[in-house]
Amino acid sequence: MLNVAQYHVAYGQSEVLHGLDFTVAPGEIIAIMGRNGMGKTTLMKSLMGIVPTKDGAAAVDGVDITSMQSYERVANGIAYVPQGRMIFPTMTVQENIETGLSISGRSKVPGDIYELFPVLLDMKGRRGGNLSGGQQQQLAIARALATNPKVLLLDEPTEGIQPSIIREMARVLRRIRDERDLSIVVSEQVLSFALDVADRVLVLENGRLVHDEPRDSVDEEKVAAFLSV
Amino acid sequence: MFADYTWTELGSIFAMQGFAGLILFSVFVLMALGLAIIFGQMGVINMAHGEFMILGAYVTYLCSNFVEAHFPALFGIYFFFAMALAFVAAGALGALVEWSLIRHLYKRPLDTLLATWGLSLILQQAYRSIFGAREVGVSLPNWLLGSVPLTDIIEIPINGIFVMVLTFVIAIGVYFILFRSRMGMQTRAVVQNRVMAGAVGINTQKVDRNTFALGCGIAGIAGSAFTMIGSTGPTAGQLYIVDTFLIVVFGGAASLLGTIASSFAISQAQSTMEFFLSGSMAKVLTLLTVVGILMLRPQGLFSLKIRR
Repeated sequence: MLNVAQYHVAYGQSEVLHGLDFTVAPGEIIAIMGRNGMGKTTLMKSLMGIVPTKDGAAAVDGVDITSMQSYERVANGIAYVPQGRMIFPTMTVQENIETGLSISGRSKVPGDIYELFPVLLDMKGRRGGNLSGGQQQQLAIARALATNPKVLLLDEPTEGIQPSIIREMARVLRRIRDERDLSIVVSEQVLSFALDVADRVLVLENGRLVHDEPRDSVDEEKVAAFLSV
Repeated sequence: MFADYTWTELGSIFAMQGFAGLILFSVFVLMALGLAIIFGQMGVINMAHGEFMILGAYVTYLCSNFVEAHFPALFGIYFFFAMALAFVAAGALGALVEWSLIRHLYKRPLDTLLATWGLSLILQQAYRSIFGAREVGVSLPNWLLGSVPLTDIIEIPINGIFVMVLTFVIAIGVYFILFRSRMGMQTRAVVQNRVMAGAVGINTQKVDRNTFALGCGIAGIAGSAFTMIGSTGPTAGQLYIVDTFLIVVFGGAASLLGTIASSFAISQAQSTMEFFLSGSMAKVLTLLTVVGILMLRPQGLFSLKIRR
């Protein structure tokens, strides 16, 4: 569903990602692990068209998106939940979700989104900025799902969220995958969450993928060694 | 200064100056709404806003002459066509300016200040070359002339009432566009987080252009209204731009209600004081008060309470 080939990304002259190759199958959840500064967020941002790609290609469902603007990528089925959630603080919960509908031209929030996150239905008239961190995270996911994506990117969704809600989030992500059959890419530093949610675990180290293994055969200690500082 | 007047005279003076202030208030609101959309929503300081207003005034002038010469029967209602045309003309020029100039400067606010100031000079000279340096006036249809006598000494001009109704309708319209329509929702999303708005599928460049064009179009309507209370000249717009900025900043950027409240306060204060003091003294007092209040409340009169 998502094909990334020989993917190079640079900030000016300093190259951060040195030629990544990976594919995500339809309905697969992959976790990209790595310490701070290894390029996880850069990868997410460049897939979303926020940071330009230097070389290589990315394709969603066979359509090359490498040179598209952000909103065109969304139209081609890629959605993004950024680090720090980045909801629109002065807009209501409902309006936040509705921004995701811009691309499809629908005007009503589909009921299944509120079904996934009932708390958002209770708070739909509140301003996004007044929600708690966990609620904002749910809102950011709901907003991304409103674009009806084929591939969902989540950048460190567990950051700043209490442990009980992290477990709940892994369950919700698997449920979203099962119901909508979409591919999910999660970048993560928390190993337990990654093992909870992912079918496959990749490790990003200094801008290169150094490890790629299905969940079932993952050697926890080996991956943990990559993450330890 | 009040000693020379009897109580009834004072009452009528306040009523009539208050009403004159309301007309000034209407033009301020229309100007400030456009500016608040552009400055509050996009962070662009548009020094040429007054010239967009004057464009609307000239369009109204041309329209009135054209209708008077060719379709005298329609003269009674030409003003409505003129307003629509003024909106379209100013909006189209706004879209063109955004495309050719402003969009290259979004990350450099001071440069937009200079660039739009230059634009205002260019437009002023263009008006001078096309329409001449002399001020022109618009002839109003009969139903807009005259006044309604309230008491023996208080009279209220009909065109003033018309301008106020117009302002009210447009303020409501702007509210609906910004807070109840898809375009407004997208505009607010782009304002709050441009990058993220793109990443949820909003075409940010298109939104910028539409927003700028809308703000300029409303200035065009302000120009239409302006023809009723003042004469149109190439530099007439400049007189209003500083006051309008004051209003937008005083009211709190991005707050429509604040913009309206501060227009009201400033126009009323100005108009009432102008009767008793000289015009520049009235301005000095207004400015001092506003500066004082802004020192205590830098975010303006109205602002949203939100965690950021």
